[in-house]
Amino acid sequence: MEAKKEGPKPLNISYVADMPYKYHAGHYYSRFLRELRDNKRIVGVKCPKCGKVYVPPRIVCRDCFVKMEEFVPVSDKGTLLAFTVTNFSYIDTTTGEPKKIPFTAAFINLDGADSNIVHRLDETDEKKIKAGMRLQAVFSDNRTGDYYHDIDHFRIIKDI
Amino acid sequence: MKRLVGIVGVGQTHHRSKNIECNGQELISIAVKRALESAELTMADIDAIVIGNMDHFESINYVDMWSVDGSGGYMKPIMKVTTGGTTGSAIGHAGFYHAASGLFDTVLVIGWEQNSESDTTAAISTCFDPITEREYSAGAIGPLAAQYTAYMSKYGATEEDAALVSVRDHNNAALYNPYAHLRQTITIEDVMKSAYISYPIKLLDMCPRSDGACAVIFASEKKAKKITDRPAWILGVGDCHILVHLADGIGLANLPSLEIAAREAYDMAGLKDPVNQIDVAELYIPASTAGVSWMEALGLCEEGGGPRLIRSGVTNMGSKLPVNPSGGVLATNCIGATGLLRIGEAALQVMGKAEKKQVEGAKVAVATGFGGCFWSDVTVLSSLPRLD
Repeated sequence: MEAKKEGPKPLNISYVADMPYKYHAGHYYSRFLRELRDNKRIVGVKCPKCGKVYVPPRIVCRDCFVKMEEFVPVSDKGTLLAFTVTNFSYIDTTTGEPKKIPFTAAFINLDGADSNIVHRLDETDEKKIKAGMRLQAVFSDNRTGDYYHDIDHFRIIKDI
Repeated sequence: MKRLVGIVGVGQTHHRSKNIECNGQELISIAVKRALESAELTMADIDAIVIGNMDHFESINYVDMWSVDGSGGYMKPIMKVTTGGTTGSAIGHAGFYHAASGLFDTVLVIGWEQNSESDTTAAISTCFDPITEREYSAGAIGPLAAQYTAYMSKYGATEEDAALVSVRDHNNAALYNPYAHLRQTITIEDVMKSAYISYPIKLLDMCPRSDGACAVIFASEKKAKKITDRPAWILGVGDCHILVHLADGIGLANLPSLEIAAREAYDMAGLKDPVNQIDVAELYIPASTAGVSWMEALGLCEEGGGPRLIRSGVTNMGSKLPVNPSGGVLATNCIGATGLLRIGEAALQVMGKAEKKQVEGAKVAVATGFGGCFWSDVTVLSSLPRLD
């Protein structure tokens, strides 16, 4: 064990950095965000080679490494693949405030998409949630072009 | 043509929750000094240095330069490698590549982290896409917890299965590893009674975050044989970074990147029968749940066989295939060092230098690394220069 040194306790120097960021959404995410905001529609992009549909849309198919240009709508309904009810707080890096808990993170495969998304499910009792459940997006009335605001959350639906 | 490279020295700090006795450079220097001593080398013998951590934990972006007072890299070639959770295993592989290239005979590899200097979960959350994924991805804990819900519903695994892994790793650290951060023996009941931090992961299912450093010295075949009569030969490495977006990985019950990386490393090593050929494994298991659900990817059981493997006790000390004699990540997690500690601990096993952690007669060891969007690294080490 490293010997504890005799003498005064070493100091801690504390910084609270205010480091704002502005992320460029690019054309693909911008189109995705605009469709959510203006039309309450979720769009993905389709690979011309393998036909996979990616949501959120991105420029290159990771398998084929070709440019994707065909934007396609996908459903606002999907299947829950995995979830967790997060019950510990940490600093929300988008606001600098402590994260409000509990919240349920849901990993969802939207109908018509080959990739998955992560969003909030409005049920925090884990006993009432099961992988395989059907979910539907709930949009905010006042939409601003922010993904995690314009789709406020997902809810459980009875639907096969 | 593959060149033989051996590990000849391993050093680490006594890991803690918060090490106020050292700044980062001083912490690094302790691990470096111990690695050099264990190989009976001096800094003059080191040809190149590879160093790694995750920038956002300490918010120091020029670590390759800033760390020189601790790393000993003054006037030497230094490369910084940072790949998220796999940083430690990636720098180990980078050290191997350096020595295998024939350009450097002796390479010092250093992984470190002063995790107590910031909010670990907030920092990890910045790994995820700021616009489309960050909001509900609670660092490493949320995604790992979610993955086990998929595994449980697909294969019938339970929270008790995960608790068995937690007890195994915590107790190994308590009984055998004086360097470990958490050193308390626990019971299944302790784990099951601990609070949910992110369902189904409870407090005692999850790794801590630690302050600590690890240094490992890699040497070319000729040099390694001069330094020691029993190096830990690196027989195989595999790296697989399969998914770009976080959500794509979590929907899966299994871990394909680990399966692919293991296959690559086993093929390179000529390891055909993992269950019977591997004597000991040091696995990057950041949550006890992963200690159940990832075993099949390593070829240690059939698909969905994780619960049966863990319940059988075969991965406990004294059994056929001990996993994490050091206590692994559940006991110690200085993140940039974590993957390198797996390689270093596996090396000590096949060098016969693992002391109280030693698995008797260990000749073949496997180490893994994990991180990012469910990325994996695998290393096969042996006291033998080849397996056939």
